[in-house]
Amino acid sequence: MDKETKTKIHLFFRRLFKRKLVMLAAILVLFFILTAIFAPLLTPYEPNKQDLTAILQKPSASHWLGTDEAGRDVLTRIFYGARTSLIIGVVSVLISAVAGVTLGLVSAYYGGLLNTVISRFIDVLMSLPSLMLALALGLVFGHSIGSLMIILGISTIPTYTRMMSAQVLSVKNQDYITAERVAGARNSRILISHILPNCFSPILVLLTSNIGMTILAESSLSFLGMGINPPTASWGAMVSAGCSKLLLNPVYGIAPGICVCLLVYGFNVLGDGLRDVLDPRLRGSL
Amino acid sequence: MEHFLEVKNLRVSFTGDIQKSIAVDDVSYYAEPGEVVCFVGESGSGKSVTQLAALQLLPVPPAVIEGGEVWLEGVNIMQYKADSPQMRAVRGGEVGMIFQEPMTSLNPVKTIGVQIMESVILHLKCSREKARERALELLGQVGIPDAAARLNDFPYQFSGGMRQRIMIAIALAASPKVIVADEPTTALDVTTQAQILDLLTSLAAKNNTALILITHNLGIVARYAQRIYVMYAGKIVEEGPAEKIFGHTAHPYTKGLLQAVPRLDDQNRRLVPIDGIGPSPGKRLTGCQFRNRCRYSSEKCCEEQALREIGGGQRSACIWSYEELKEQEKEGAEDERKETEEFGENVLEVKDLRVTYPLRKGILNRKAGELTIIDGISFSIRKGETLGLVGESGCGKTTTAKAILKLLEGTSGRVLLNGRDILPLREKEFRSQRKNIQMIFQDPFSSLDPRKPVEELVGEPLLIHKLVKDRAEYDRRVDELFCLVGLEPSMKNRVAHEFSGGQRQRVGIARALAAAPDIIICDEPVSALDVSIQAQIINLLEDLQQRLKLTFLFIAHDLSVVKHISHRVAVMYLGNIVEISDSEELYAKARHPYTKALLNAVPIPDPAIEQERERRMLPGEVPSVMKRPAGCCFCDRCELSDERCRKEKPELVWDGKKHGTACFQIT
Repeated sequence: MDKETKTKIHLFFRRLFKRKLVMLAAILVLFFILTAIFAPLLTPYEPNKQDLTAILQKPSASHWLGTDEAGRDVLTRIFYGARTSLIIGVVSVLISAVAGVTLGLVSAYYGGLLNTVISRFIDVLMSLPSLMLALALGLVFGHSIGSLMIILGISTIPTYTRMMSAQVLSVKNQDYITAERVAGARNSRILISHILPNCFSPILVLLTSNIGMTILAESSLSFLGMGINPPTASWGAMVSAGCSKLLLNPVYGIAPGICVCLLVYGFNVLGDGLRDVLDPRLRGSL
Repeated sequence: MEHFLEVKNLRVSFTGDIQKSIAVDDVSYYAEPGEVVCFVGESGSGKSVTQLAALQLLPVPPAVIEGGEVWLEGVNIMQYKADSPQMRAVRGGEVGMIFQEPMTSLNPVKTIGVQIMESVILHLKCSREKARERALELLGQVGIPDAAARLNDFPYQFSGGMRQRIMIAIALAASPKVIVADEPTTALDVTTQAQILDLLTSLAAKNNTALILITHNLGIVARYAQRIYVMYAGKIVEEGPAEKIFGHTAHPYTKGLLQAVPRLDDQNRRLVPIDGIGPSPGKRLTGCQFRNRCRYSSEKCCEEQALREIGGGQRSACIWSYEELKEQEKEGAEDERKETEEFGENVLEVKDLRVTYPLRKGILNRKAGELTIIDGISFSIRKGETLGLVGESGCGKTTTAKAILKLLEGTSGRVLLNGRDILPLREKEFRSQRKNIQMIFQDPFSSLDPRKPVEELVGEPLLIHKLVKDRAEYDRRVDELFCLVGLEPSMKNRVAHEFSGGQRQRVGIARALAAAPDIIICDEPVSALDVSIQAQIINLLEDLQQRLKLTFLFIAHDLSVVKHISHRVAVMYLGNIVEISDSEELYAKARHPYTKALLNAVPIPDPAIEQERERRMLPGEVPSVMKRPAGCCFCDRCELSDERCRKEKPELVWDGKKHGTACFQIT
């Protein structure tokens, strides 16, 4: 790494963390990532090992957040649940973003028949409620983590495509795109190095807020029993199971819910911060 | 108070997140009934803010009126709160206002009748019938034909010029004693501009109203103003009667403006731009604000300069007297523009170029007809030559440029670039040829990718057309291009928004030059820039043409600019070229009635000349291409037109080889 890139990276982080809230969000997200990675080191318990002698205990010194109906340590399952949530959240958002952005970019830029075909396909996807779609696809693909990622990914493609094509339509008529054509640039160059970067700000915000939404969707599916197969720990499934045991161990249902909130919030704020830093028009004001 | 309207020591500041900036600094002025007072200055000089502040129309915060008095008929209206009943009675009642954008200053969902009557009822407190009568009377006064029928029309049914007339009607509703017009014609065409300003000044004279006209156009000032205030960086730097300001210019900034603006009656003069850019409101200098751009500045300029009386009602804020400036001026003699009259072969030849737009109908989108936008135009440009293409908005200038660059569908005719017809070429075949024909855009803000460092933008054509062998050569060429257009190569890693408007346009020029094109199409390259910056860019283009033997197709609506830069000029009207000739000859001996009217409508920044000029007003407005008259496109506005003009379309008739005119009535 040469010196120039080093100062660039340094500058990037200094701008990003100039706002304390973004810093807080970054710490939050990093915290969950670290707990997901180091889950086995953080707890003496096995996530799936049942202990029927200690079911639904209230928080205590040995079980900080108490235990669930099978006597499993709640804190341990939250640590392991972070793995499921993060992987599903990030990967399925990447799947839908890559597919959705590409479709939107291509259809809006070239227009014509291609646009018609892609738009109608997106209309069809959109007309199906995404949770229903996910349920239906779940029956086809099964309930492994992999298929859940694909299912959740497919169901959010339309948002990206719509937003991207709206962006492209406004950007492609700007003078600087005409300037590219006058300069003799190929379509591929115009698309990738000029249109895409100028359309990406709202996509970035959508991306990070969708990570949160997907984590919630996964939770909902698990809550409905159509998500991750038990006994794999998942925050959604824990909220679902815990909410009927609120009187016995209130922390069991509430704690994973708070985790979902914090992680979603962290991703959203981080996304806003990233967008602002990556926009050169805001240089100097941050 | 001794004057009808008098503003004293007005100070306005804006509070931002980071700093406080002073927008109006100790400004005093007055106006008398029946007088036309002009405020002139470049963008950001505070001329609009001054007027808005006097009427307490500025949003508070961020604006803060820090001090000052506004006396109207012996009452200090500054004592009233901004939204008090007294202040509301002043605005629209005693003081009428007209804004720059007629397109946005009328409410689109209400009929114009309702909008005029609203203002009448509000200030005259009369019945609806009375208000309606008054509205009709007002519309008649501002020259809207068939007023009774049009009262129920919505703003979108009127053209820009008509809307500005309606705005004037609303401003006049309560018979105000003062009218403030903020750049009322900047968004309009030059022939419409003349109509509107003549209307406004004659109405003001008739009703004995004081007219305060804010403008950046020195020609307008010379034609209409009785007294002038020149503003720079929030201060009045010079004031006085019009003939004094133009004939006995005492402040270097006013002098600079006058030398920077191209004039119709110029002969081969080189423009003298004002160096640098004005200070931003947040970073005011100490002492004279103009000193860092001034040719005459000395150490004494760092001290605060007040306006000083210099006789005849003229006041200037310069430490030097008129004579002292005159003395210093002799040392730096004006340099003449060097001319080469030798041109090479034809680089670009356009033959019978037509652009049509298909009109589709029905659910099957069947082609029902064609709308002709460019109606068969022909011209050629020789190597090293500048051809000016001039005309009012909607005449097809930009469409012509886009057709030549093959950015449009529906073109026919022939466009020969270096002798080869490019129109039939497919985009893939033409792409490699694009390096030969480049473009400079009008808006330096939207024509540069906001996300890329400018170095990548300038260097991009080099990479696309593989004009450089390696990274070192690329870097060298990019630096060269930056130097060529007068930018520091060290600035090349910045993004577009970190440059000023003039600098961005330089980046645009550098990019157009990168591939060493045979011809550059300049589409209104200076119309978005301030006068002093405009002169810098025009000089740059002229210098580059000299050094690199460039060929330009220069498109603009400003006749003075086109005349200044072009060797030959083609005048367009409704998709036709009506006259084409050598630039000097065209301006001296225009033949086509439209060219004559157009030239007549352009004010020259010199009151002495303006008074002598014969005024001929062109009636009506440019029709839309949907309603192009049969025969000569200009026949329905032309006073010479007869039966033949309405039936047949005139072709260009050549007098000698150089001067072509498309008109039956000239022999």
